[in-house]
Formats: sequence, C-alpha cells, structure tokens
Amino acid sequence: MTVLIDKAKCIGCGACTVECPVEALDLVDGLAVVDAKKCNDLGKCLTVCPTDALSLPNQPAKPKGKLDPEAGAKLNLKDPLPESVKDYATGNEKKTIRAQVAPVAGGDVWSGVWVIIEYTNGKIAPVSWELLGEGRKLADAIGCGLSGVITGHMVDSVIPEAFAYGAEKVYVIDHPVLKDYRTEPYAEAMVSLITKYQPEIILMGATSVGRDVFPAVATKMQTGLTADCTVLGIDPETKLLLQTRPAFGGNIMATIMCRTSRPQMSTVRPRVMEMPERVDGREGELIREEFNSNESDFHTKVLEFIISDAKNAFLDKAEVIVSVGLGLGAKRNLVLAEELAEVLGATLAGSRGAVEAGWLTHDQQVGQSGVTVRPKVYIAIGISGAIQHLVGMETSDFIIAINNDPEASILKVANYGIVGDLFQIVPALTAEFKKRLQHGVAN
Amino acid sequence: MHFVVCLKQVPDTSEVRIDPITNTLMREGVPSIINPYDAHALEEAMRLKEKVGGKVTIVSMGPPQAKEALKKAMSYGADRAILLSDRAFGGSDSLATAYILSSALKKIHETEPIDLVFAGKEAIDGDTAQTGPGIAQRLGFAQLTYVIKVKELTDKNVTVVRKTESGRQVVQAQLPALLTVEKELNDLRYATLPNMMKAAGYEPEMWNVKSLPFDLTQMGLKGSPTSVSRIFAPPGRDGGEIMDGTKDPTGTAASVVTKIFQQNILMVNPLAKGGNLQ
Amino acid sequence: MENFDVIVVGGGPAGLSAALSAAKAGMKTVVIERGDYPGTKNVMGGILYTKATDMVVPEFWKEAPLERPIIEQRIAMLSGDESIMAGYRDPAWGVEPFNAHSILRVKFDSWLAKQAEKAGVLILTETLVEDLLYQDDRVVGVRTGRAEGDLGAKVVIIAEGVNNFLAVKAGLAKPLKPQAVAVTVKEVIALPKEKIEDRFCLDEGQGATIELYGDSTAGLMGVGFIYTNKESISIGVGAILDPMIRNNWTPNDLLENLKSKPYVKRLLQGGETKEYLAHLIPEGGYTSVPKLHRQGVLVVGDTAMLMNSLNREGSNLAMISGKIAGEVAAQTIKTGDVSDQAMTVYETRLRDSFVLKDLHHYRHMGMFFEKNEHLLKTYPKLLSQAAKMYLSADGTPKKARQKEIIKMAFEHRSKLGLIKDVYGAWRALL
Repeated sequence: MTVLIDKAKCIGCGACTVECPVEALDLVDGLAVVDAKKCNDLGKCLTVCPTDALSLPNQPAKPKGKLDPEAGAKLNLKDPLPESVKDYATGNEKKTIRAQVAPVAGGDVWSGVWVIIEYTNGKIAPVSWELLGEGRKLADAIGCGLSGVITGHMVDSVIPEAFAYGAEKVYVIDHPVLKDYRTEPYAEAMVSLITKYQPEIILMGATSVGRDVFPAVATKMQTGLTADCTVLGIDPETKLLLQTRPAFGGNIMATIMCRTSRPQMSTVRPRVMEMPERVDGREGELIREEFNSNESDFHTKVLEFIISDAKNAFLDKAEVIVSVGLGLGAKRNLVLAEELAEVLGATLAGSRGAVEAGWLTHDQQVGQSGVTVRPKVYIAIGISGAIQHLVGMETSDFIIAINNDPEASILKVANYGIVGDLFQIVPALTAEFKKRLQHGVAN
Repeated sequence: MHFVVCLKQVPDTSEVRIDPITNTLMREGVPSIINPYDAHALEEAMRLKEKVGGKVTIVSMGPPQAKEALKKAMSYGADRAILLSDRAFGGSDSLATAYILSSALKKIHETEPIDLVFAGKEAIDGDTAQTGPGIAQRLGFAQLTYVIKVKELTDKNVTVVRKTESGRQVVQAQLPALLTVEKELNDLRYATLPNMMKAAGYEPEMWNVKSLPFDLTQMGLKGSPTSVSRIFAPPGRDGGEIMDGTKDPTGTAASVVTKIFQQNILMVNPLAKGGNLQ
Repeated sequence: MENFDVIVVGGGPAGLSAALSAAKAGMKTVVIERGDYPGTKNVMGGILYTKATDMVVPEFWKEAPLERPIIEQRIAMLSGDESIMAGYRDPAWGVEPFNAHSILRVKFDSWLAKQAEKAGVLILTETLVEDLLYQDDRVVGVRTGRAEGDLGAKVVIIAEGVNNFLAVKAGLAKPLKPQAVAVTVKEVIALPKEKIEDRFCLDEGQGATIELYGDSTAGLMGVGFIYTNKESISIGVGAILDPMIRNNWTPNDLLENLKSKPYVKRLLQGGETKEYLAHLIPEGGYTSVPKLHRQGVLVVGDTAMLMNSLNREGSNLAMISGKIAGEVAAQTIKTGDVSDQAMTVYETRLRDSFVLKDLHHYRHMGMFFEKNEHLLKTYPKLLSQAAKMYLSADGTPKKARQKEIIKMAFEHRSKLGLIKDVYGAWRALL
C-alpha cells in the first residue's frame, strides 16, 4: 500500500515531500508523486497537505488522533473566521493547516499597525488611504495603534492628509536623498524606522513602488512578506495577521500567515479595500526622524522621469479593464471604449482580433498569447469569448460583457451579460458611471 | 562581462485548458515551461553578451525535473547552467528561496565575478515578485525592477528604463546590479538548430545542500517565516445574470451601474473629482 | 550541416517506435517534434494493445504508465433513451500477457520518448520540419524552421500524423478529404477508483471499455467510446467530418449528446471534467493508404492512413509500422541501398503483418456505411424496439410476439432492403 495522491487536488506546494521522513514523496512537474518502494504508510504527509490531496487506502477518513502532538494547533478551527475572510470561504472551505505558532525572535515588543503612505512625483497613491481604512480595522481587532509612515522629500503637505484618513501617529523621514523613488534609500529609511519602533504589521499598496521596496525591506528585516493580498484579517486567538491572496493563477485563494518573525508585512492590491472617510482637521502625534545618509551612500541615481499617461503600463496588474473585440467594427469606434475607460480610470485592452486588426498594440492583448489579467472589474465590449481569450481573463473578480449575440461564450463567464447593441449600451454605461462617480453617490 | 540569469520552471498556466461546459481550469497534463518573464531575462543577457562579450550563466532552483527548463535555456546559447536541487530546499518561501539562490550566486561570484544578474519580474505560478529583490539585497547589488529597456552598459554602470504606473523612470546603477524584467524588454529569439542539439546533450550542474556551506535553518518550511495556513476555492461565478439590452439600452445600463455600486464591486472614490479614479 | 542516419519527423507513437527500432539497430537517430514535448499534440481514445506495444518495447507493462488492463469489452447500441448491450469479459486479460490497457496519452508518450532517448535517440522539440531536402531526386535530409536548420539523413521517416503536409509535399499522399477523416472529441472525467470499479463491476485495478453505436453519434457514421482509467473515465465520440458538417453537428455537441444519454449519464455521475481534447483521425481505410515509400523516405502511422476504424485500432498499427520502418531504414542503410526499390521491403513486411491485412479485409466497410447512412439510424431503433417487444411481460404469447417483431421490422425496412443490408454488411465486415 502507498499513499494515494489526488492530482486534481494537489497544488504542488511540496509540504508533503518535506514532511515525509522516508523521502518517499517528490514533486514532479508541480505535482506530488509517491515512490511506492519507499512509502511505508506513516501518513505524516496526510496531516500537512493543505488540500486533502493525499489519502491512505485503509484510512479513507482523515487520521483521527493527532499524529504529532507537537502540531497541536493554537488556531482553533471552531473560532469564527474574520468577517472579511468568511465571505470568500462560505461553502468553499477546504482545510486549515494546524501549525504551531513559534515564539518570535525579540519577544513581544513588536506592536502597532503601520501603513506606508506612498508619495512619489508629488502624488499620493490612493491605495495608501484605503490601507489606513483597513489598518484601522486590524488595529481594532488587535487592540493596538494605527500609524502612517511617510518617507520622501518635502512631504509636509501629506501629513495632515494621513491624519485625516485615520492615522493616530505619523512617522516622517524627510530627506533630499528621498526626492525620487529609489529602492536603496527608501528601504534604508523604512528599515531605520521599523528597527527603532518595531511595529507588528506593516502594509503598503501593491504598486510598482510597494512591490519594489517591500521585498527589500523584508529581506533586510529577515521577515516574511505576502504580496498582492486581497483580504486581510486578524486571527482572534493568536492575533496574527491573516493574509489572503489569489494563488495558482487565481484558481485558489490562499491564506498566509507569518508566524516566526516580525514585522508581518503585506502588500495589498489597490482598490480592494474600502476608502475610509476623510475627516478634515483630525490631529495626531507627529514623529520626525533623522536619516543619517547622503547621496554617496547609494549606488543608483535617477536620471530622468518621463511622466506618461500609459494606462496600459501594467495591464496584468490593472484593477479595472475595458476590453474591446471585433464587435466594435472599426478603429474609429474605439473612442466609445476610451470614454468609458476614462470615466472609470480603467486600462484599455482588447482581444486578439482587435490587436490583429491594428486597433490596439500587442501589449494590450488579453488572452493566452497576450497578457493574463485579473482585475476587479473586466468590461468586455463586443468580444465573443474564444477560449484563448477566456483563459486570459476568466479569473477576473467581476465580469461585465456586452454582446449582441446571446450565444456568445463571453456571456457564460460574465456576472452581468448585456445582450444588445454596444453602440447604444456602452455610451449609456459611460454616462451613467460618470453621473454617479462625479456626484459621489452610489444610487 | 559575466551575466547570470535566475530562472524558474513553472507550470504553464496559459496552457491550462478550459472545460467548455463548466468553464473550470484543467490542470491535468499541464506542461512545465520556463517562466515567461525569465525567458526575456535570458534573452536580454544573451543580447548583451553578443554586444559586449562575456559569459551567460543560468541558475535555477527546483526539483530535478527542472533540468529540462535549463537544457531548454541552454539552447538559446547560454554557457553554463546550474540547478540547485535538494529536498532540504523544498517548501521554501520567497525569503528562503532568495537565501538559497543568493548563496549560490555568492559562490559563483567568488570565482567568476558577476556584473549583472537578470530575472523575470515575477513567476507566473506565484506572482510574488520577491525573489529577485531578495537576492539583490542579500548580495548588496543594486536592485532595478520592472525594467523595460537597457539603455546603456559600461564597465561601471548600467542605465535602464523602469516602468511605473505614472511613467518611465530612467535610472543608472553601479555594477554589479540585479535587473528584474518585463516582457516588453525584448522579443525572444528562436534557438538555432545547432544550439538546440548542443543543449540536448548538455547536462546542467546539479548543486545540493552539501555543495555550499548553507545555513540549514534559513531554508525549507522551517526556514520560511510565512506559510500557507488555509486554502479555499475563490468565490464562484455561478448564476451570472443575462439582461436584454435591446429594448431599453439606457435603462439596462443604469440598472447594471446601480447594481455594481450597490454590491460594492466598484466603490465611489471621494478622490474622484471629475470622474477619474486614478 | 549535421548528418544523421535516420531522421524521424514527428514524436507520436509511430515516430517514437520508428526511432527506437532504428536506434536499437545502431543508427544515429533524431526525432523532430513540432510540439513542446512528445505527446503534446497527441490524442487518442486511450486503448493500448499489448501485443503491438510489446513488440516495440518488450514487457513494457512492467514500467510504462498504464491505467487499467481491459478485461471486458462491451458494445452498446443506443436508441433514444433505450439501449441494447453485448459484451465479452475474460479475467485472463487482467494478468500477463494482457490484451490491452487503458492509458493517458500525455504520460505514455513521454515515457515512450524516454525509452527512445535511453536507446540513444536525440529528440528535438518545438521544431517544425518545413520540407525535405533533395539532391536531384534523392532525399538527403530535412529543412526545419529554425536558423541553420538543415539536417542531413540517409533515411527520413515521415510520422507527422494525420495532417500529412510533408507526405503530400513529397508526392506520396493526397491532401485529406473530409470524407476520409473523422473528428474525435474526448473528455477525461475524474471519478474515485471505487466508484469506477463499482459502476463497471470490476475488481480492483481492472478496466473495461464500452463502444457505443446508434444514437451515440446521433446516427452519424461514427462511434462513441468509454474507457476506464485509474481514477478517471475517458469518454469520447468520433464521427466522419463530412456528414457531420452536412448535418450541422459540432464535435462538442455530439459529445454532449452522448453524455446526456441515461445509460452514459449514470456511469459518469458526479465526475469532474479534467481534460477536453479534439483530434482528427484518418478513416479512409485501405483505399486511402498512400504510397508508403520512395528513395530515402518511409511513411508510417496516421500519415500512412493506417487505422482500423472498425476495431478502433490506430496506435498499435502506428507502432508496428514505425517499428518495421525503423528496422527497414537500418537494414537499407547498412546495405548502402536506400533506393525506392530497396524500400519496398517495408511495404512487403506491412502486407505480411496484420496491419495491412486487417485494413485490406475491411476495405469495403467505409463505402458500405457511407452509402447506407440509414444503417446507423434504422437498425439501433429497430433492434431496441424488437428487444422491448420481446422482453416486455404484458401477457402476449411469445409466439405472437415474434410475429409482431418481424412485422415491425419489415415496416421499417423492406424485405429486399433488409437482405441487401445483410449482404452488404457480410461483404464489408466478414
């Protein structure tokens, strides 16, 4: 007898291969494979498999007793999930790994939730405020304070904004070397603050800056980092941060915890968290820190910054996409989609047909031979939905499709499918969105 | 010059087939490929080697089967390929992975000093974009991410164009440096037949946990601060609603927009003056 | 330009078998595959016959990735929601030397490719062969789509599959006709092994196949099939392209039609589709077999239209033709004579083997069915009505029942027509 592997469930995480004391398991092409000659049915692998992909034939159910008393969980499965996770989990839950929460180096001195306010080229990334809103919830769940962190040069105008969006304290490093964004000085500045004040959680937007500087900071701090989170929560018992993100091309949601080191760091996708209310004139504690470094300490210099309105700059990271297909008929009609994209702040993209017709460039192509996208909202205009297109966008959170053919495949993956004439419907959508967004009302 | 390319073998998520009835992804038989961004990293290293001379070394970490990806990479004309493969490496998160890879690069650097390291901006199976920067930090190399153009390479400096949401940043860094690259950096070449045949007979060097003075506490599940605690299916999309927009296009559009805001699919952004959210 | 003894174009079962036998005979051999890896573009129902495979890789069952040994083969005739079944089961097929196994093609082809590599074959993937290289009238190698892409060879074996582009270019074959190809669609549906064994009445690890006629293909010329794998079921349907197009069916609709039949539905219940595949299958039979050789060239497998559509055998014909071609290539190279004349040995050996014998035997079948499209519509219905009348216990004396049945049969088809059909079928099939 050997351990059986359900390849449909296996996600190739490798946990079983590490756990197996007789080295009977291996990963082949991203899937666990068992060496029947070596396997002696210890079943240790069963306990670590996060997807229940492993089973023993004479033990069809999960092992009853705990095989390893050390693995006794501090996470109580019966505890209610945090609200934010529950929405996703309803009816979908598969399993929670029971694992020990190891003592953290440095003891319990790490405290507080920090949000890094991204301020580059004179602009604040709005995700910073969204994170102050989310950080508030996390801090309340833990029972600790919420702080904003601003690193840059000439940032004074940002400080009252940070208070207005809910920071109790604001830490500031203002220094000429931080004028342009560069990894080195920004990471150094953040590390100096983190080392001194020891926050337990640090959040930043999953923007090109966040995704550049946070890995550097995490490496310097020797701590864990979870990228591109879409749901955050606090485990009620351990007070650890539950970081949920899409994995495996969006097929699975994974909740990740950083158990053994501090701070716990996450980057969070923009426009996933709710924007908090802005309260003008709110005040808090301002802490300015020195930054003892000068230009000669750094190995990079910014020669130039070319501001561009490149809406397609990060198609794969775009949060709202307006995508067009051959149903648009002609390049001159592209303006319909452009107007809608403008109103929504969306990125413009298209199907292979639209690209091959020369309406769009290749880096705007969504699909198997183009870019795989996973936006919050995907609006497909006149796209029939060939399989090669669907694989590139079907893990979008929400899909709106407009097509005159009620049989179009795109309508089958859409949350809202509108059958009708796109030349009437798209302008109507644009007008409607514009009306609501400009007046800031939902209804 | 010595160029090192960090490369990962990943399941080809774009080859994943869709069940036409249930619209679910099918993993069975999904082949392994070189991470697409890494392929562009390799291409750039090859181009620079052809321009200024030197050597391209490929380093990867993965199961023994990842040898296939390295052999394939060799067919594009690289000079040497090393695969870090050991059970002890299994279960490593991005921090531990960067530790293992940077240790290998350090060893290579001792005998053949590295000028530039190339990596893809992220791996398509993890999307974390952390391993490259992690390696740069541990080696003390300059870190340049989201590179879309290598403008200039001299003995001392490299000048690149980086992509950001609001524009393009032109940055100069002292060597050695590590670049993580976007696809638009270059167009991939086709391997020549003689190179393919050379690669087919090439055996990548296999390094394991004993090949280097590794700190075992910094790798594997135990050396990884983060771990997956729970996995679940994303919210399904069953019960999509089809609306007839032929009779009253304006009314249909209005009701869709209303529903979108009511369900908080899009949020009304107070910053959105003039209707633009960005 | 690098030179080989043998270049095999295509890394399917035919090509890999050819390369394997050529390499075993000491030939410097290369396989050029256009896909990402051997097996990538390959689709078949999923039954591997032991005898033929054993000839290519002796005792392959000890190592090859097989699913289940087939101990039972059923034939079902579907008519609407009704079905008539017959089957043959032999437990002896469950042990060595076996008769056939179900397989999943991607795994098996990769394994076969590894055997070839072990024998010294070089496998080049993602490389398209665009043309043969000629010197006067002699074929001296191939031209690939890559830079510096010419390769020299003494013998080129064309195993490019059903899309016979090179064989046509070399003047050996004609382009495919929609009347001579079937399109097969197949799904692999995951089910727990216990469920599979229960539903098909199998001991642990054993397998069964079902061939489904009649309404399984909506009356089109073709067949449906169900094969049991270890933890999945392969279900598919194949139909000749031409009538399918004429009757406005899509392959996918045909498969959905089959899956919705009550008899089939029950077998698949609760399963989850893992894979969806579609492929062309040569169905032209004996009369469509192209010229199999010319100087320095041999044609094998699907490219040679070697497919016994009645018995659903293709891969074994492919492998045997490949093996013989590899041997003939080696033999002719060793004697230094690769002329068209010398290559006739290949055809002779195929004729002596079951490969061409079987095809020749069923040579009239295709045309018989083509001309008698009613067969697959009328008879399943007729048979199931007859069975229903015979088996329904409603108090009618059995003798009267039989009369009714015969009367009913003649209502559907005239006496003369019935006799014609029987004679035609006898000529075509026996």
